[in-house]
Amino acid sequence: MTEETTVADDDVSGPGTLRPPGAAPLVQVRGATKSFGGVQALRGVDLTLLPGEIHALVGENGAGKSTLIKVLTGVYAPDGGEFRYGGEPVRFARPADAQRAGISTIYQEVNLVPLLSVARNIYLGREPRTRWGTVDVGAMNRRAAQLVGDLGIDVDVTGELGRLGLGAQQMVALARAVSVESRVVIMDEPTSSLEPAEVETLFGVARNLRRSGTALVFVSHRLDELWQLCDRVTVLRDGHHVHTGPMAELDRVTLVSHMLGKDASEVGAQGVTEFAGKHRHGDAPVLDASGIAVRSRLSDVALQVRPGEVVGLGGLLGSGRSETVKAIYGDLPVESGRVSVAGRNLRAGSVRHALKAGVALLSEDRKAEGIIPDLSVRDNIALAVLPRMARGGIVVESRIDALVETFMTRLKIKAADTGQKVRELSGGNQQKVLIARWLCTEPTVFLLDEPTRGIDVGAKQEVQALIDELAGHGLAVVLISSEMEELVEGADRVVVLHAGRVEAELSGSELSHSRLLTALAGESADPADDGQPAGDDGQPTDGAGQPADGSGPSAGTGQPTAAVRTAAKEEEDGRG
Amino acid sequence: MADHRAPVREHADGAADVTAADGADGRRSWRRFDIQWIRRNGVYVALAALIMVNIVITPNFVNVATLRLQLIQVVPVLIVALGMAVVIATKGIDLSVGAVMALAAAVIPLYIGYGAALAILVALLAGALSGAVAGSLVARIGVQPIVATLGLMVAGRGLANLLGGEIKSIRDPGMRALGTGSVLGVPYVVLVAIVVTVLVWFLVARTTLGRQIVAIGGNARASVLAGLPVGRVLLTAYVVCALLAAVAGVLLTARSQASDPTRLGLLMELSAITAVVIGGTPLTGGQIRVAGTVAGALLLQLITATMIAHDIPDSVAQMAQAVIVVGAVYLQLGRRGRR
Repeated sequence: MTEETTVADDDVSGPGTLRPPGAAPLVQVRGATKSFGGVQALRGVDLTLLPGEIHALVGENGAGKSTLIKVLTGVYAPDGGEFRYGGEPVRFARPADAQRAGISTIYQEVNLVPLLSVARNIYLGREPRTRWGTVDVGAMNRRAAQLVGDLGIDVDVTGELGRLGLGAQQMVALARAVSVESRVVIMDEPTSSLEPAEVETLFGVARNLRRSGTALVFVSHRLDELWQLCDRVTVLRDGHHVHTGPMAELDRVTLVSHMLGKDASEVGAQGVTEFAGKHRHGDAPVLDASGIAVRSRLSDVALQVRPGEVVGLGGLLGSGRSETVKAIYGDLPVESGRVSVAGRNLRAGSVRHALKAGVALLSEDRKAEGIIPDLSVRDNIALAVLPRMARGGIVVESRIDALVETFMTRLKIKAADTGQKVRELSGGNQQKVLIARWLCTEPTVFLLDEPTRGIDVGAKQEVQALIDELAGHGLAVVLISSEMEELVEGADRVVVLHAGRVEAELSGSELSHSRLLTALAGESADPADDGQPAGDDGQPTDGAGQPADGSGPSAGTGQPTAAVRTAAKEEEDGRG
Repeated sequence: MADHRAPVREHADGAADVTAADGADGRRSWRRFDIQWIRRNGVYVALAALIMVNIVITPNFVNVATLRLQLIQVVPVLIVALGMAVVIATKGIDLSVGAVMALAAAVIPLYIGYGAALAILVALLAGALSGAVAGSLVARIGVQPIVATLGLMVAGRGLANLLGGEIKSIRDPGMRALGTGSVLGVPYVVLVAIVVTVLVWFLVARTTLGRQIVAIGGNARASVLAGLPVGRVLLTAYVVCALLAAVAGVLLTARSQASDPTRLGLLMELSAITAVVIGGTPLTGGQIRVAGTVAGALLLQLITATMIAHDIPDSVAQMAQAVIVVGAVYLQLGRRGRR
């Protein structure tokens, strides 16, 4: 991490140095709006791109980054707003129009032709011709070789594109953007599947482009990269424009607070959620996961949850929260790690085994991984326990009816009747159906991945109250949430992930908005013990110049381990 | 357009709000209602209409012998289509059914010396085995259903030719009885078809397996996360489909008293898929209509019979079939597109 930063600092074209002062903006977007159905994706967003700058575009899920990019490149027609390109008002009706005007987009998945050569891909549709009208392969290869050489990319231009690594393929896509003389290059999470060395090369190419006066937009959820590469940043949140300014003037915590819509001074907005507060819980963890590593996603993640405890799992986009619970649930292939439930080890990579051991996972993506749209509410609820509802493979309808009836009442699921197709329900009711599905399995560990996202306020409060109730009944709950209130008010303890590692573990008085913010930004761990397993991160985190959270003497003085801390807190709870 | 008071969008994504009707919106929802209704019941209406037409225009249509013949002739398509519907419900498809029929037919002469019962048993086993291969390719290795079963379609036909070769007549009293006998005037083959229909209905409506098949077709990823034995269920679906195809192969062989691996079941996959689709089971999986599939098979049979009765060439009949398939799929897509 530190090394990469050094590289950026050494670079002559470091942040801001090459931008001529007062250069005319290349792209100007004012008050862009766009809605899909009832959902307002952009509510008046501004974006200005200057020639020769790398502009970071950041925001959490649903902030409107992708929509803005697609509006900019003619994929979506905006509902309103002013768009200027090179000073002139424009509206791109189709992606091809934007490309012709000199705006190139490079997506995470490379959209080139894998079976053609690198040179063919670079000049696809614009191949140099011989006088017979055939493709002048010689000239094409020469030019392509020259081009990639200039950009500092080391590939054989006559080789098939598909044989290159993903990073090299993205470099080719960049080369293509250069060859069409793009004035604007948009890179949408180009680094998310690249190896560190490939990232460095990509950055080198991007800096070369900047030097030649191209405006680059860089979208990444790896925050470190923003400071390495970008000159300015625009932050979006919930479709609103939040902040634009020089990258160097922003520290991590401020950036994250812009992204999440909270700043350290705003602490104290208590009672935003329906969560009642802390829970009584047992001593021995029922879920014990340690050393979990998933290739290029997680390393050495540990998580313990006691019966009746709600453990929050925090982290920004791409920090590995969902991956952690999926790895525990056996849904992701793990490189190493151990998960045990009530003392019994789980077989890695087996969802069925995890389920049988009493683990349930409410997935973040309700539509793709949750509901079965054409099945009834009833069948959706009973899905995971069908074998138990049957005798000799034949379903006993009365058993299902009894079970479904119980949960419809208990979770207040609103449907015309139990036979209604689940696709016709509102998001909140669909979520309740899924929660019911998992509760049918009588889990001892419930992994909740963003349980309140995308549902209406009423349902949200009901779900929050339900989580409390479940913990009260002794269920061990892992709560993933992007909303700091939910973590601070709903969880007994919060494990914060950053870049696939446990960044901090906060409990008791440390569990405050400001502490959480610092940890989410990846600034709480002492650099010296980077990579230490969870539990050893109780260092005072005020060193980074962030305001202390006024948590009193207990957090500041001697650092008790997480376990001791929680035990102490529990005693407190017990007496009180 | 004039009526701006009513929010149009409400109807575009609203639920089953098909009765509220006034002004421009009324017409919209009426059309929605129409298409859904046609999709659900169109096959029955078409079948009834075609029967009416035949009663009027076809001489001797209302006649026990004619109806009996129609029922006997629809049996193979019906049985194969029911198996096909099970696979289509998982979001799959099975192109190998015709080849499996041929394989079953090819096996019979090899074992008929040991008696009809054993020969039939071996034929059904051969079918089930083929289904297990297709199912394994799809469920365990992850080959696309269309590719896996296309391979089996070619390989199965080849194997059938290798085992059976030329057309062979079969002289066995058991087989003859199965093919031509009847009880209380109902041919055995029709009885078999009825039993198969009831069994498939039971599988779909009453068993864990049936629910799981539909769930996997509806959302495979969610089914995995819900702990369903996805691989095993898919495998079973393909075995059921191939087994039913083998049943159809045995029945046709028994009826014609001959094993003809070269020609038996040619283009059967197309007829079966047609029957399933016009019966209202979407190719996109997640749903299955057993009664609709039966009606679809009957409708196809009746179209062919009508053409023959009026001396319309076979080629025209095939084109009519094509038009019906495209129309049925269009109705399904049309609804999907408007969502």
